Amino acid sequence: MTEVVLQTRGISKAFGAVQASTEISLDLRAGEIHALIGPNGAGKSTLIKQIAGNLAPDSGTVQFLGRDVTGLGTVARARMGLGRTFQISALAMEHTVLQNAVLGALGARGGVFRFFRDVMRNRELTEVAMQALERVGLQDQAATRTAELSHGQRRQLEVAVALTLGPRAFLMDEPMAGLGAEGSKHLTGLLDGLRAEAPILLVEHDMDAVFALADRISVLVYGRVIATGTGPEIRANAEVRQAYLGAEDAA
Amino acid sequence: MKRERAINAAVVLAMLVVPLWAWMADEPFILTLATKVAILALAGVGLNIALGLGGLVSFGHAAFFGIGGYAMGILASHVQSYTPLMEWPLLIEGSKSMPVIWVVAMMASGLAALVIGALSLRTSGVYFIMITLAFGQMLYYFAISWSAYGGEDGLSIYVRNGFPGLNTLDPVQFLLLCYAVLGVVLFGAARLARSPFGLALSAARQSAARVETVGIAPYRVRLVAFAISGAVTGLAGALYADLNRFVSPTMFSWHTSGEIMVFVILGGVARLFGPVAGAALYILLEHLLGGVSDYWQIWLGLLLLAVVLFARGGLIGTLAGREVAHD
Repeated sequence: MTEVVLQTRGISKAFGAVQASTEISLDLRAGEIHALIGPNGAGKSTLIKQIAGNLAPDSGTVQFLGRDVTGLGTVARARMGLGRTFQISALAMEHTVLQNAVLGALGARGGVFRFFRDVMRNRELTEVAMQALERVGLQDQAATRTAELSHGQRRQLEVAVALTLGPRAFLMDEPMAGLGAEGSKHLTGLLDGLRAEAPILLVEHDMDAVFALADRISVLVYGRVIATGTGPEIRANAEVRQAYLGAEDAA
Repeated sequence: MKRERAINAAVVLAMLVVPLWAWMADEPFILTLATKVAILALAGVGLNIALGLGGLVSFGHAAFFGIGGYAMGILASHVQSYTPLMEWPLLIEGSKSMPVIWVVAMMASGLAALVIGALSLRTSGVYFIMITLAFGQMLYYFAISWSAYGGEDGLSIYVRNGFPGLNTLDPVQFLLLCYAVLGVVLFGAARLARSPFGLALSAARQSAARVETVGIAPYRVRLVAFAISGAVTGLAGALYADLNRFVSPTMFSWHTSGEIMVFVILGGVARLFGPVAGAALYILLEHLLGGVSDYWQIWLGLLLLAVVLFARGGLIGTLAGREVAHD
């Protein structure tokens, strides 16, 4: 349980005078769901971008699978097995559900620069894709246009595409955002089962989901991690209550 | 998909029936028009790979059309004047053989597309449109000032280049040759759209972040697509030069880029037969309305406006209805 899969070491990022990340050190260990919470503007998105490779930190390093990946871009990190889902679904909306999943399988296995063979008749790719769709319960929608999926189903598809990569870690940016209670519950159940496959770094606003799922929680306020601990520890932490949970708990 | 297939079949049928009638009625001019449609459609099929599949709005495809044309012009003019292309360090002669010219035209325009794409694909949106336009215009002015190959006047090639086993001076044989080339390229384009590369390219059009997240670099995919697109349009340029037996800087001008884009938009962006239907419609209008008034392009403009406002899928898209493209 102590193997560290993904780690940031003292990363800082400033945009002009705004310090978005200050000396952030986090780790994601094998088999866990590590939730990252914090009020709006705490710098969660900036942190996620630095971990995914969209943004380079001003200082500090990001390590993935024991390798320093600070200098690598999103594409290289994805190829190493960093499965990411987005806050706002980033899917090929005109393609079918299966095509989106096949794209993931294609990216993970390479061979994009083949120009003649029908990709949807490639058994190796479609099998991986179908398995991923079955895992998230979208196998019946395989032939549906992605644009016709409900919001919740798109979320499931994002997870399925990440699964086709055979990921070593998941990076999920607010997967519950915009989901109803039912959808949220469904996705919570799905993520619960995924942690055995690969650990999840979960940025989430839905506190019910966070406390139900997370093995550990880190709280980000004004670009700093003010506390890391288990659910009960975080609930009991005075600083966290004051900065973030205070209003909710008082009610 | 079924309806689109039926429409494609109707387009093919029309493209065969009209010249057949023209041949029987002894109307060589119609045969030339049909040949022109096939060649311009080919240029559009090239652009459609970048524009339709990849979402890359290139306003500089005249560059590749022109390079293809000049590849033909330069190779043939050296044969015509009995001078080698270069003598040192290697002796390279010109050529009057279409297969040789086509290979050179595709390699030269594909390479140019690789270079232009490498620079312009770092931008997107309006900047991409402008930078491709700028490259096209650069080549246009270069061609005007290149006096070794006719400068502003262009190059006339007196005898059409040859193809093994065919008499290319016979309008019917040249028409069928152009049809054959178009057919082969359409087949290739259809396969490309369904290939792993096509899937990644069209996904990159819809969401670059998605493609990156599965470990595919959108830039590389787009660059290769742009090069293929340029090479196909270059091949059309070589054929167009051979049709007219004449090459001039006009092939490089931004009007040409605009026309190629009009074929694609009129016919249907990202539809396999879109450029074919678009080029046919364009030539038809030019022929019918051009006879009525010199200002026929006003009507073309109105039609284009109507397509963009009310019929986004172009001719084929409107008739076939909204479907999953390239599924």
